[in-house]
Amino acid sequence: MGRYVRMAKLTSSFKNMVISLLSITVFSALTLGSVYTLTKEPIEKSKTAKLQKALKEVLPAFEHLDTAIKVPVNNVDTLNVYKAYDKNNVFVGAAVEANSKNGFGGEIKIMIGFDKEGNIINYSVLEQKETPGLGTKMVDWFKMSNTKHDIRGKNPAKHRLLVSKDGGEIDAITAATISSRAFLEAVNKAYQAYANNPKAPKTHDVSSGASNIN
Amino acid sequence: MSNSKVKIILNGLITENPIFVLILGMCPTLATTSSAINGFSMGLATSFVLIGSNVAISLLKNLIPDKVRIPAYVVVIATFVTVVEMLMQAYLPALFESLGIFIPLIVVNCIVLGRAEAFASKNSVIDSSLDGIGIGLGFTFALTLLGVVRELLGTGKIFSLSVLPEKYGMLVFVLAPGAFIALAYLIAIMNKIRKA
Repeated sequence: MGRYVRMAKLTSSFKNMVISLLSITVFSALTLGSVYTLTKEPIEKSKTAKLQKALKEVLPAFEHLDTAIKVPVNNVDTLNVYKAYDKNNVFVGAAVEANSKNGFGGEIKIMIGFDKEGNIINYSVLEQKETPGLGTKMVDWFKMSNTKHDIRGKNPAKHRLLVSKDGGEIDAITAATISSRAFLEAVNKAYQAYANNPKAPKTHDVSSGASNIN
Repeated sequence: MSNSKVKIILNGLITENPIFVLILGMCPTLATTSSAINGFSMGLATSFVLIGSNVAISLLKNLIPDKVRIPAYVVVIATFVTVVEMLMQAYLPALFESLGIFIPLIVVNCIVLGRAEAFASKNSVIDSSLDGIGIGLGFTFALTLLGVVRELLGTGKIFSLSVLPEKYGMLVFVLAPGAFIALAYLIAIMNKIRKA
C-alpha cells in the first residue's frame, strides 16, 4: 500500500497546488455555510430562551413586556432596558441588561430587575469568565439572604452599592474583590439606565402619571 | 481488532500521551483545567476535531501537493473547529458558555496539526482515525486528571461535588501557578509509572 500512496501523490506543480488549495477552501466554505444555516435557528432560540428565563427571574409578576429600549449610559455604553407591565397596563418594573469590562477574566454581563421604585428585585448573571471557585461565586453571592452582601431590596439611589473596601455597604466575595467591583459596577450602570429611561409607560397609558424625564 | 490497531490507540493514550509525554498543546491544558468538567469537555471537543481532521487529511493526503500541505491542513482543521463551535452553541449552550473562548484555540493546538503532519499524512484512513481516537483519549484523560487534581486541591470538590470542606481549598491551584505545579507533579508521577 505504501508504494501505491507514493505513486498517487500529486507533484508540487503550480497548477496542482492552485487546484488543490482552491478545492479544499471551496469545500470548506460550502461546509461552513451549510452548518451555519443549519444551526442559525437553534442558536437564536437558545439565546432568546436564556434571555426570557433571566427576565422571568428578575422581574416581578408581569403580563407583558415592551421590546428592549436602548438607553445610553455615561456616554459610552448603551444598555437594553425591558419594561414590564401588569394586566392593567400599569408599569411594575424594568429589567436592565448591564455589563462591566473590568471583571478579572473579561466582560461580565448581568440581567438585573428593579421594581417601580427602583429597588433591586433580583439579578441573574448572563455571562462571566471569572475564576472558578472565586469570582464565579457572584452567581449567588449577592442574593444570599441575611448577609451583608445581599443586594436585593436595596435601592442604588439610597444605598452605596460599592464593596466595603471602597467605602460602600456591600461585602465583597472573599478573595475576589475585582470580580465584586466589576459586578457592582454593572449594577450601578444598570440603575443609571433604569433612572435615565423615560418612566412613563406606553403613550396610551396616562394612569401612571410619571413624567417623561427625557 | 488486530494487535497493531490496539497498539495505535495505546500509543496515543500512554506511550505518546500528548500532555504527559509529548508535552504538546500546553495553552488549553493550563487554561481550561481549573475544574474537572471543563478539562473533560475541552478534551472531548479536541478529540472530535482530532478524529475528524485525521480522517479528512488521511483521505486527502494524495491530493495535496507537499509544498502546500500545511495551509491545506490548517484549512481542514479550522473548518472542523468552526463546525464544532457552531454545533455546540446550538445544541449544548451551557457547555458552550464555559468553553466558548477556548474552542477557537483548538485550531492552533499543535497536537491537531502535529498528528496531521506526523501520522495522518502517512497512514491509512482507519489507522489515522484510530490514532485520532488514541491521542484524543490521551488528551481527554490528561486534562480530566489535571482538572480533578486542581479542583480538589483548590476548592475541595470533584466534578462540583463536595469532597472536602471548602476551607481546606488552596486557592493557588485554581489559578495559573497551581496549573503549572499540578502539571509538573503529574508529569513526574506519570514518568515514574511508565518507566516502572
